[in-house]
Amino acid sequence: MTEQIDRDAFNHLVSLAAFELDEEQARYLQREMNNQLNVIDELVAIPLEGNVPPASHGVPYPPEVSATPREDKWIPFDHPEDILAQVPQFEDGYIIVPDIPHQTLE
Amino acid sequence: MTEICNLSARDLVAALKKRQISALEILESTLQRIAQVDGRPGTLNPGEQTTEDAQRVHAFITLTSQRARTKAEEVDRKLAAGIDPGPLAGVPFTAKDVFCVSGTPTTAASRILSGFSAPYTATPVARWEAAGAVMIGKVNLDEFTHGSSTESSAFQPSTRNPWDLTRVPGGSSGGSAASVAAGESALSLGTDTAGSIRQPAAFCGVVGFKPTYGRVSRYGMIAFGSSLDCPGPLTRTVTDAALALQAMAGPDSHDATAANLPAGEYLDRLENGVKGMRIGLSPDYFRITFPDPETGGYEQRPVPAEFEDTVRQAAGLLKSMGAEIIEDVPMPNTRYGIPAFFVISRVEAASNLHRYDGVKYGYRTDQPVQDLREMYRKTRAAGFGLQPKLRILMGMYVSAAQYSAQYYQQALRVRTMIRRDFEQAFDPAGKYRLQALLTPTTPTTAFPIGAVYGNSVLMQYADQLTVPANHAGIPGISIPAGFAQDGLPIGIQFLGPDFSEAALLQISRAYEIATEQEGWRQKIPQAVQQNP
Repeated sequence: MTEQIDRDAFNHLVSLAAFELDEEQARYLQREMNNQLNVIDELVAIPLEGNVPPASHGVPYPPEVSATPREDKWIPFDHPEDILAQVPQFEDGYIIVPDIPHQTLE
Repeated sequence: MTEICNLSARDLVAALKKRQISALEILESTLQRIAQVDGRPGTLNPGEQTTEDAQRVHAFITLTSQRARTKAEEVDRKLAAGIDPGPLAGVPFTAKDVFCVSGTPTTAASRILSGFSAPYTATPVARWEAAGAVMIGKVNLDEFTHGSSTESSAFQPSTRNPWDLTRVPGGSSGGSAASVAAGESALSLGTDTAGSIRQPAAFCGVVGFKPTYGRVSRYGMIAFGSSLDCPGPLTRTVTDAALALQAMAGPDSHDATAANLPAGEYLDRLENGVKGMRIGLSPDYFRITFPDPETGGYEQRPVPAEFEDTVRQAAGLLKSMGAEIIEDVPMPNTRYGIPAFFVISRVEAASNLHRYDGVKYGYRTDQPVQDLREMYRKTRAAGFGLQPKLRILMGMYVSAAQYSAQYYQQALRVRTMIRRDFEQAFDPAGKYRLQALLTPTTPTTAFPIGAVYGNSVLMQYADQLTVPANHAGIPGISIPAGFAQDGLPIGIQFLGPDFSEAALLQISRAYEIATEQEGWRQKIPQAVQQNP
């Protein structure tokens, strides 16, 4: 079995996914990813004729079954305070977050 | 006499409407059963598991007894006033904890949603409640539905199989299947992305129905793989599955993928039998392809003999009732279901899980942070368990620009091939002209707790016989078909063309009627026997 995802590639993904991992988690995840990739490689070997289109959904949505577009109308939610009550830090009508990293362009 | 909580939804509604029992009595009997068998609910800080924990089911994360009492009283008031309380009046149900229900915690069994109280209610729950059903709680699952055993829940103790408390209930709708099997509810609302309704239904000896993609609205359901996820019922009887689907199917202006088709009449033809129906068997569902962890190669094995025998006995019964059994239906792309799922579901999961960032709802790290990015990292590191992390990382890898053609686009094309297998089998003008394909639901019975957990590849292969229906979008139902040598339930599965729910229910009911008198139908789960 080959290790297609090496530690550098793995660490790059971890940073894109906005995770921090301890060594034990990292080892487990990298190993499982490589195991899954070995399974996925079976797909790559399937000979497909040129005319097989990709299917983003199994069920086709012909017009007679598709949902009709909704009227473009603003419908206010009944209890916006229930949504705002979920915010971890909320003050004076604002959602509070730590400093947003920025750089000054010259 | 049969305890009230063991009655089917249909019998409960009938007794209620004749005023033989009240909705409150149904609720009390159900809560009593829960107190008897369930043990402590799953929590984020469970401490050590005790000997007593090992003897309980642990289906629940949140019990909503007060809400249930209010709903049951409403049903009783309507009855007293001569108002029709609805087709599911007084029927207790549980909801997999991925369904938002206004004013209740909704966790997806993840720490990252701790503290989240849904501000709105999912359409399937709202429709069951509008039909008079009474939600008694939210039940456990694999974290974000990412698993086949319920063990990956962040809320422990995770659910145990009521038939053998040392075994998993399956998953990801494990709490749903266990709560129905143990008489803790008549119905449960689950979701199925690769088999997450049908596999736990088979493991726990109940009925599990994944309808056609788009048959039931996904509004208010926390997403895993949006092109694959389907809400559906878990019940103890086929008639209850028909009743439950009837109450929740149909168009929904809140979900653009909900098909613009009215619900079918699932009860009308339910007992019309199978005379003249064409039901297929496929050799591709009597073998499983297994990755060998040592070599990285593949091995094909037949499913255990008792599984094939059970399916063939069912085919024999259906034949004796007038169905035509068509052998050797080729479904050659079945074996690619798991590899294609590994790609498609991961890409969709990664996309769906980026929203959990500690800003708008749910968990936020309480550690000191320098800036927003560090807050994201610390929140997501502590908030997600290993299985969601694995799916996010994998989804990002296979959809990266340089790999997308090789993996994601290829998987979507393989999905077309899987769909074509079914189109050819079900084509009314084709060679096979099937109304349904009959298969085993799973290649094994419920496995011991801890036996597979951690091996993400082997765990996924538990869904090998169920995942093709998710790729194709077609409906599939798993129904109980007896017990294996190891004393655990075996399920059989019927798969049919798009929107053929009525036919699948009709065939399933015919099998149920034909086996009604069999001894195995009288068996009582260990969890109920041992916890009087």
